[in-house]
Amino acid sequence: MNTLVAAAKKEGTLNVIALPPTWANYGTIINTFEKNYGITVNSTLPDGTSQQEVDAVKQENGSPKAPDVLDVGLAVALANTKLFAPYEVSTWSDIPAAQKEPSGLWYEDYGGYMAIGYEAKFGTITSLSQLLTPKFKGAVALNGNPTAANAALNGVMLANLAEGGTPSDISKGVAFFHQLKQVGNFNPISATGATIKAGSTPVVFNWDYLNLSSYVGVPGWKVFVPSGVALGGYYAQAINKNAPHPAAARLWEEFLYSQASTGGQNLWLQGGARPVEQQAMTSAGTINTSAASTLPSVSGTPVFLSQSQSSDAATYLATNWAKAVG
Amino acid sequence: MTVAATTKTGVRPSWAGRRPPAPAWVGTVPFLAYVAIFLLWPTGIVVINALKNPNGAWAFANLSELGNPLIRGYFIGSFKLCLLSAVAGAVLGAILAYAVASGDPDGLIRRLYLSVSGVLAQFGGVTLAFAFLVTIGPVGLLFHASWYFDFPWGIGLIYTYFQIPLMVLVFMPAIDGLKVQWREASENLGSSAWQYWRYVGGPLLAPAFLGGALLLFANALSAFATIQAWENQIAYIVPQQISTAMSSEVGLSSVNVASLLALGLVIMVAIVMTIYTLLQRRAARWLR
Repeated sequence: MNTLVAAAKKEGTLNVIALPPTWANYGTIINTFEKNYGITVNSTLPDGTSQQEVDAVKQENGSPKAPDVLDVGLAVALANTKLFAPYEVSTWSDIPAAQKEPSGLWYEDYGGYMAIGYEAKFGTITSLSQLLTPKFKGAVALNGNPTAANAALNGVMLANLAEGGTPSDISKGVAFFHQLKQVGNFNPISATGATIKAGSTPVVFNWDYLNLSSYVGVPGWKVFVPSGVALGGYYAQAINKNAPHPAAARLWEEFLYSQASTGGQNLWLQGGARPVEQQAMTSAGTINTSAASTLPSVSGTPVFLSQSQSSDAATYLATNWAKAVG
Repeated sequence: MTVAATTKTGVRPSWAGRRPPAPAWVGTVPFLAYVAIFLLWPTGIVVINALKNPNGAWAFANLSELGNPLIRGYFIGSFKLCLLSAVAGAVLGAILAYAVASGDPDGLIRRLYLSVSGVLAQFGGVTLAFAFLVTIGPVGLLFHASWYFDFPWGIGLIYTYFQIPLMVLVFMPAIDGLKVQWREASENLGSSAWQYWRYVGGPLLAPAFLGGALLLFANALSAFATIQAWENQIAYIVPQQISTAMSSEVGLSSVNVASLLALGLVIMVAIVMTIYTLLQRRAARWLR
């Protein structure tokens, strides 16, 4: 570890990509890393998508500006393993086996559950069907186009599971959004921090760590999770195999998977995201319990879409989404 | 060098003592290089990618995908939106241009309209979408239009915001080209206002009007940021679907599909611009 720190300090710089400072506490995480190790972090394209991260790795291959480390959705990680260098962090054994690639090409980092965030003026939502009532005219939005954005695909899947669908067949979710569209409650605006604050997208299907009142900045913002539906999703870390700063990249991973009180795992937790080592940390007593207690509670058996379930859903959406809500 | 030249031919060349004259085509090199690098090269990449499969092998069968109802739907969406915004923009822009042109040619109003049009014709993208969002969107300051998300009406209305000023700019020269003597001549021959417009003014302006409408059509075809900020959860038009095909993180991304869609757009623009050029040539006869 000391040799790694020395080598990373010698490199002096780390290139990261697509890490919004307000997303899962990344602003604080980057600052803490810079302060601890005296390494400058260059953060590019903070609002980029996972696919754009991978594109940057390919296009800037060999340049000193190429991203050193990636934080990508699972589908993108699985499709691009040949771009990654295997690495096992020192807390490797605390990452559940299902949430990492055995040789260390990628390893899940943090995640959360799908939830429906909404403004306090709507009262309290207790069931999905309430969203079809006239009160929600033009109000209900997703976080992007489900044929492009992972968060939006999972939004449709949340409705699907709540309507009695199964993870391998998303059609009931699409049917729900078709109904929403027909009663005029579907809102096709791109939901961003700005539109939520402006009130243009007052009801948003999104990951629970992006649906925190502190994140969206709307006083009284509430969260509803359909009962018994725990649809989870995790992002994954990977190191660019041609990283311009290989030691800093590995030190960054060590920092992110550190269970120290100001290590990456607890910092993600303070940003409302669930760190991948949460279970091990809870038994070891290294978790920040007050941050853990503020997480929205989830009932039911957690569902994580498998690779094939996710691609089946995407294929179905490619043909049916535009028809259902266009 | 001068000596050598004279002894060789025995006649002093006219450029003796100066640099030899460059061939005429040299002057076009910067332009041609620019066009080659920024237009032909990228277009070539698009065409090649459109005709390959993800493994890099040739796949001319890709072209049949343009007949796929799903893909055709995006082209129909683009066509609808462009047609609506071009017709609305052309009609309203032409009326506005005529109203402004019939005023004092050096007056304040005219200068004001032209400079404002110059600015607004370039006003688009996220700023424009957001401006409409806060005026007629779900929490609109002015009113809450219930049809604002009905494609293509809502977004078509937004597009007219930059289409009308563009039409004013391109149509004004045509109206200025209408000589007042023609009107006087037709009135001297006893024609009514209706007859003047039916037999003289209308036919003269028609090519410029149609040309302007086509330009607006092509202009709307490539607009992307505005609609993407307005309604991005569904892809209605080709540029939106290109974006999905380029950046999908749920496993639907394909450079080849994106290129194929782009190729379709290139063909659409080529058709529109060819007709535009023909019309411009016809219109130019009267503007000398």
